[in-house]
Amino acid sequence: MMHIIDRRLNPKGKSLSNRQRFLNRARTQIRKAVNDAITNRKISNTDGGERIKIPSDGLYEPRFTGDAQKGIHDRVMPGNKDFMPGDKINRPPSGGQGQGGHDASEDGEGEDGFQFTLTRDEFLDIFFENMALPDFIKKSIKEEVTHEYSRAGYKRQGSPSNLNLKLTMRNSLARRLCLRRPRTEEIMELEEKITALRNKKTHTIKEQNKIIALLEELEVKKRRRKIVPYIDPLDVRYTSFTEIEKPNTHAVMFCLMDVSGSMGETHKELAKRFFMLLHLFLVRQYTKVDVIFIRHTHLASEVDEETFFHSRETGGTIVSTALEEMQKIIKDRYPPEDWNIYAAQASDGDNLNSDNAHCQQLLTQDILPMCQYFAYVEVWDSHEAEMFPGEGNATRLWQAYEELKLSHQNFALKKVTRPEDIFPVLHDLFAKNKKSEVA
Amino acid sequence: MTTSKTRKKPPSSHKKTTPPIFEGAEWNYEKVDNCFQAIQKIAIDEMGLNVYPTQIEIITSEQMLDAYSSVGMPLMYNHWSFGKSFLRDESNYRKGFSGLAYEIVINSNPCICYIMEENSMTMQTLVMAHAAFGHNHFFKNNHLFKQWTDANAILDYLQFAKNYIAKCEERYGQKEVERILDSAHALRDQGVDKFTRRQKLDVAAIRQRELERHEYEQSQYSELWRTLPETASKDDEEINLIEKSLAQKLGVPESNLLYFLEKHSPVLENWQREILRIVRSMAQYFYPQRQTKMMNEGCACFVHYHIMNRLFDTGQITEGAMLEFIDFHSRVIAQPDFDSQYYTGINPYALGFAMMKDIERICENPTEEDREWFPDFAGNGQAIKTLKEAWENFRDESFILQYLSPHLMREFRLFNLNDDKSRPFYLVNAIHNKQGYIAIRSALAAQYSVASLDLDIQVTNVDLHGNRAMTLTHNITNGVTLDEKQINLVIPHVQRLWGYDVSVKSIEAKTGGTTIGDVLKTHFT
Repeated sequence: MMHIIDRRLNPKGKSLSNRQRFLNRARTQIRKAVNDAITNRKISNTDGGERIKIPSDGLYEPRFTGDAQKGIHDRVMPGNKDFMPGDKINRPPSGGQGQGGHDASEDGEGEDGFQFTLTRDEFLDIFFENMALPDFIKKSIKEEVTHEYSRAGYKRQGSPSNLNLKLTMRNSLARRLCLRRPRTEEIMELEEKITALRNKKTHTIKEQNKIIALLEELEVKKRRRKIVPYIDPLDVRYTSFTEIEKPNTHAVMFCLMDVSGSMGETHKELAKRFFMLLHLFLVRQYTKVDVIFIRHTHLASEVDEETFFHSRETGGTIVSTALEEMQKIIKDRYPPEDWNIYAAQASDGDNLNSDNAHCQQLLTQDILPMCQYFAYVEVWDSHEAEMFPGEGNATRLWQAYEELKLSHQNFALKKVTRPEDIFPVLHDLFAKNKKSEVA
Repeated sequence: MTTSKTRKKPPSSHKKTTPPIFEGAEWNYEKVDNCFQAIQKIAIDEMGLNVYPTQIEIITSEQMLDAYSSVGMPLMYNHWSFGKSFLRDESNYRKGFSGLAYEIVINSNPCICYIMEENSMTMQTLVMAHAAFGHNHFFKNNHLFKQWTDANAILDYLQFAKNYIAKCEERYGQKEVERILDSAHALRDQGVDKFTRRQKLDVAAIRQRELERHEYEQSQYSELWRTLPETASKDDEEINLIEKSLAQKLGVPESNLLYFLEKHSPVLENWQREILRIVRSMAQYFYPQRQTKMMNEGCACFVHYHIMNRLFDTGQITEGAMLEFIDFHSRVIAQPDFDSQYYTGINPYALGFAMMKDIERICENPTEEDREWFPDFAGNGQAIKTLKEAWENFRDESFILQYLSPHLMREFRLFNLNDDKSRPFYLVNAIHNKQGYIAIRSALAAQYSVASLDLDIQVTNVDLHGNRAMTLTHNITNGVTLDEKQINLVIPHVQRLWGYDVSVKSIEAKTGGTTIGDVLKTHFT
């Protein structure tokens, strides 16, 4: 009459294809929501999934329904307290009753959008859709396979160094609670009571009995503590890792930023945002990318990520110092025959006039031949952009760089004036189809 | 709540001699199997239930979420809307807004019950009693299911549907298929045959039908869709006659919109018609479940309650298991009052179970009032037999009309609230007193009647000699007009399937039938 079938080992994710279909359908809305999400908050804070709320436009499943605000609705309800037939109950003002509905509005946009959580991967996938480091593999000389470990849940056996303390203790706590393991405090309390009673000089029979009873209780509890261990092998969990093969490619990304006095707060903010996004993108796409941060005023220095994004500095502006620093680092640590080298530079375009030619020379002769790709982003604040509209109004540095662009395919330059521009610019610079142009 | 320990029972027959089948919360196959045998003994031998063979499938919570999102079916064609509901259910579940069901049962032969691996053994016992016997008996015996659904064929049909749609996607592209499915889904509620008999879901016959459809189209083609206006010279009366005979051929008025479009749409390809048919068949399959939700749950709850108590009486489950069961059971059948913050309408489990228990009470221990109201079965001492008759021959609406007792109306303290949106107040029409019983009973029955819940929308006219515009007519009941926002969204879908203009008219039925009311919305492509 009956069969039992264990379906637990069936392939998981039966809904995966439906989920993908849904995400595809909602792609445009999700993209917008993702972009909003990233401009409206700190970029560094992208760990974990992202709650996305999208308008239900195009995701709404319409049906013919009756209008809940019209007509006669006869209802039977339970739990009458003191109503009598013929009682009239005033309607709550302004239709408070019917407001909970999920009506679709005129333009097809649902009044309450559809909310769900994208996984971090889905989020970044959509965010960096169609972006890639151009020409990444071209120079990868050493393509060895390396092994990497990645997390793979928990298991019951493992090496002690992989012991998952949190999970183990949680299991242990639950087991101890269930099996009512006496706590140390309980035992100490009992012992204190017994010693207190014993220390009395004379004992009534009642007290003697009490001592016996307490001793017995203590005995039981102690035995119980022995039987129910604090940590049982059952509780122990180990973090599990699996080995994953990874092609080993060498790439380094140089981030160059002008932090001189001419860079106002808005400029810096824009530049930082650009680099943060870039950083996120790089880490996302290529886990094995080295990132070098160089900031410069009239002097350049290599700094760590934290200092690069967060510290303040003032001084003059000599762009070539940064390029020289980069050149030096390449020579010291990243021989171009072994490494794919990428660079991104952000500046407000101010430079010591006499230095522009030097920059040009440095780039053409040394840096650009070594680089896979060099991107220059010029940040203007919106005020400046209004004062000097159009392409004709360019800074000297821009002009110098623009000449380079004509002769070098692996060089790109863009201008950013508002936070909203950053993503499109980044997207342009690293758009996937760039690949073919460069190659 | 009382356990059956308080019930009178023959003193000798139920001694607690057998050891309990299981102790503790962990389950394994042996325990599940033993339990099933014990339950079966009670269900079949004592209660005389008539069920399909059962297939129990153990699944994980993740798989339960999967099953949720594909309307509870083991296999389903792919569509983004199922992904949407999956995301919603998943997010609700993860945030703890809603728990997962403990089981899902499918009206098929064999009857498939999904049970979750994380249920305790007590829950597995309960779930088997509830689904594998309660729902199963209802599916196999209720006349609506017998008449409208085909338990033998549903799994094959689902497989067919899934494959067919996958094949269409391969051949015509996912986008094209999705467009048709979107439109068909929008008309799901209007894709149900309410008056004619079901057609068998026979996969073998489908191919044959496709051929016939082709022939039928050819035979209809010249008359329906010729491009030359031959009738130009004929006078109006003649046109009217032709229109009438054509209308007869088309079968208008037709309330099954999907059926009409499948058969008569001038723009659909054959595969598109088959997709409409698949959506329509699914809607039809679920139609009886909508009409019997309360009874079905009531039946399953009564069965599990009875079985669990009998297992306890005979010592086959422990007191601990019984307590766990009672705790769970009383939460399932809780009915919050209308003014409680938890009130979301009448709980079908609560009302269903209460009505079944009430019938049992009337059979075994009737009051004078019961004898007056239910002379047919009050005090007949055959509760199970009476209940089985009810489960077989009624649906929610008629069941309430027939069996809701004054006793239960008092217990639930039911009252009838009239909400006429044109008045500034609600009116209490009737309460649980002598003058109100009948009014409350009919009002509650109407609340469960699918006929009054579903909108009455029909294809009433197709302008064959003009612009081929289709007219849908909505017959207004109780003054409830169509939600205009929804119309604006649905009409384009109808247009996509019909290919020409579609308009919706609303008619106030009370004003005399034939007069056509305001045209609410006319859409032009």
